[in-house]
Amino acid sequence: MTVSALMTRTRDAVLPPFEEIVAEHGPVVMRVCRALLGPADAADAWSETFLSALEAYPKLRPESSIRAWLVTIAHRKAIDQRRGAARRPQPAGDLPEIPALDSASGGESSIDDDLRAALDALPAKQRGAVIYRYLADLSYAEVGELLESSATAARRSAADGIANLRKHFSKGART
Amino acid sequence: MRDKQIVDRLTSSFAGVDSDGALHGRLAALAERQGLLDVSYRTVDSPLGLLLLAATGEGLVRVAFSLEGHDAVLARLASDISPRILRTPRRLDEAAQELDEYFAGKRRAFSVPVDLQLAHGFRRSVLEHLRRIPYGVTQSYATVARAAGNPSAVRAAASACSHNPLPLVVPCHRVVRSDGTTGEYLGGPQAKRALLAMESAA
Repeated sequence: MTVSALMTRTRDAVLPPFEEIVAEHGPVVMRVCRALLGPADAADAWSETFLSALEAYPKLRPESSIRAWLVTIAHRKAIDQRRGAARRPQPAGDLPEIPALDSASGGESSIDDDLRAALDALPAKQRGAVIYRYLADLSYAEVGELLESSATAARRSAADGIANLRKHFSKGART
Repeated sequence: MRDKQIVDRLTSSFAGVDSDGALHGRLAALAERQGLLDVSYRTVDSPLGLLLLAATGEGLVRVAFSLEGHDAVLARLASDISPRILRTPRRLDEAAQELDEYFAGKRRAFSVPVDLQLAHGFRRSVLEHLRRIPYGVTQSYATVARAAGNPSAVRAAASACSHNPLPLVVPCHRVVRSDGTTGEYLGGPQAKRALLAMESAA
C-alpha cells in the first residue's frame, strides 16, 4: 500500500493518543527493525519509524491498519538506513538533551546469529515475506503491497522462505 | 524442524524489549526537539489519589482526578487538542513538584504556566477569576459570576467550575454554595471538603 493512500484529512477523525500506538505496536516494530537491520541499527530505525509516524499521525484515517502503516514506514526506514542515507542533521541550540542509547537498548534477547545469517541468506522477496508475514503478522495482501507483488506471490515467497530456513536447519542438524 | 518451530524461533529471536523505557524516552525527546509533541502527560500520586497532568508547549492544560477516568481524559485531549500525545514526565516535573508542595502544606499558590485553551468564553473568564481567589478563601458562585462579568449567570459560573480543566491549580474548590455547603466537585465532594479543611487549617 502507499502511505499517501492512507492519508486523508478527515474532520471528525477519532484517533487515540499516540502513546497508545507506541505501547501497542512498539514491540512489533522493534521485531521487524531487528530482523531487517540487526541489533545495532534497530534502535535508530525504531525511533525514526515512530517519529515519522508521529508527524503524519493527525492525518491518518482512523480505519487504517495501524500495524501495516507502521511496518510500511519501518520498511522504508530500513531501506534508507541500508543505503546510508536518511541521517537527518540535528539542529543545534537550547534543545532538550537526547539520551544516548547503550547497545543493549531495545533488545534484551540476543539475536540467534545462525538464524539471522540464514534469514539474510534468503532471496530478498522470501526474506521480506517471512519478516512481514511472520514477524509483523501482516496479511498476504499487505505483504504483497510492501514487496510490490501480489498476495499470491507473497504467500508463495513466505512458504518458500520458511522451507529454505527448514532446509538450512535440517542440514545443520546433520553435520 | 517444523514450520511452527521455525516461526517461533524467529519471533523469540528478534523480540526486543524496551524494559527500562530508554527507547520511549528517546522518542519523546526527539519528538519534542522536532516540535512534534503537542501534549505530554504523566501521573502523580496525591492524597486525593492518582492525578493525571497534561501540558502543551504553553503550559499545564489539564489536571484530572482518577474519578474522571484518565484514559477517557487522554482520549478527549487527543480529539480536542491533538492526538500527538506522549507520556513525557520531564515536561511536567515542575507541576508535579508544585502539587506535592501544595499537598504538603508548603505551597499556597502555583507558579507553573497554564494553558486555558480548553475553556472558552464566559467559562474562561470564570477560570481567570478563580486563579485570583487566594488560598484559604472561599467565594460563592454568585460572587464568581459577578466577578467574571455576568452577575445573572450563577448557574453558568457553577458549570464553569464543574468543567474546570485544571482543578487544584485553578482553585475551583474555593467556590462554595451561598448556603455554605460545599457543592459539586470533579474529584468528588469529599475531595473538595478535604481541600477546604486543609487550606483553612493552615
